[in-house]
Amino acid sequence: MRATVTVMLKQGVLDPQGEAVRHALGALGFDGVEGVRQGKVIELDLADGTSEETVKAMCEKLLANTVIESYSISMG
Amino acid sequence: MKAAVIVFPGSNCDRDLAVAFRKAGFQVDMVWHKDQGLPEGVDIVGIPGGFSFGDYLRCGAIAGQSPVMKGVAAHVERGGYALGICNGFQVLCETGLLPGALMRNAGLKFICRMQTLSVETTNSVFTQNYDKGQQIDIPLAHHDGNYVIGAEGLAALKAEDRIAFRYVGNPNGAIDDIAGVLSENRRVLGMMPHPERVIDANHGGTDGWAMFTGLTQALVAA
Repeated sequence: MRATVTVMLKQGVLDPQGEAVRHALGALGFDGVEGVRQGKVIELDLADGTSEETVKAMCEKLLANTVIESYSISMG
Repeated sequence: MKAAVIVFPGSNCDRDLAVAFRKAGFQVDMVWHKDQGLPEGVDIVGIPGGFSFGDYLRCGAIAGQSPVMKGVAAHVERGGYALGICNGFQVLCETGLLPGALMRNAGLKFICRMQTLSVETTNSVFTQNYDKGQQIDIPLAHHDGNYVIGAEGLAALKAEDRIAFRYVGNPNGAIDDIAGVLSENRRVLGMMPHPERVIDANHGGTDGWAMFTGLTQALVAA
């Protein structure tokens, strides 16, 4: 089975990389890009029966730094 | 007096830090990250700069989970001293031994140059040999030094006089110009600039030396 974890900077935390991407898109002529936020996607191949609770624990302990990042989990 | 310098794969300021501790009179043990604990009788743990585990996932995140960090946490809980510099500061934040987090520099560029700091408190063994408000020049070398902490955490740092150093001219976007912070018991210091690189006039400066003499004095008196 597979779980997909998406880690993003929390709302309200300035994302300098996202801002740089937004500027670059503007420079390429893509108008109207009002905001870009950059995060990461982590795919986990897991033993069958691994619970979402376990994946949540992985996020809390390692995959996300909850001081600045939020995460979401998609199972299956 | 005994210091332990933790070595992770990718640490690159471990030997510089050991040189500084030795010069200050410490016996220094280099401790590999896979060791389960610290050597007996360690007074201070140094967590050096570098790029532990290639900065994979987040700076300091993988190192923070290393076996040796359990021993470091136990040492800190016992009231032991710890000094985390640059990547070491990131590791201390990742393990929760210091509050806050370090993000990519606001300008997105790696910064490698001399930086003026202001000493914000002299109430710690690390800063007691400076004057409050004294300006010192300490080198920076980081890509992720943009210190972030929530409003409540920031208020606590200020109220408890735990901001050790501020940048004079903010290089990386750090909140409230913060360059280094102290733990609640004031015995753990994390900072982005590199005091261990300025302890010898032949290396371009000596403004970091007072930190190490402060440590020595405190431990001799203890």
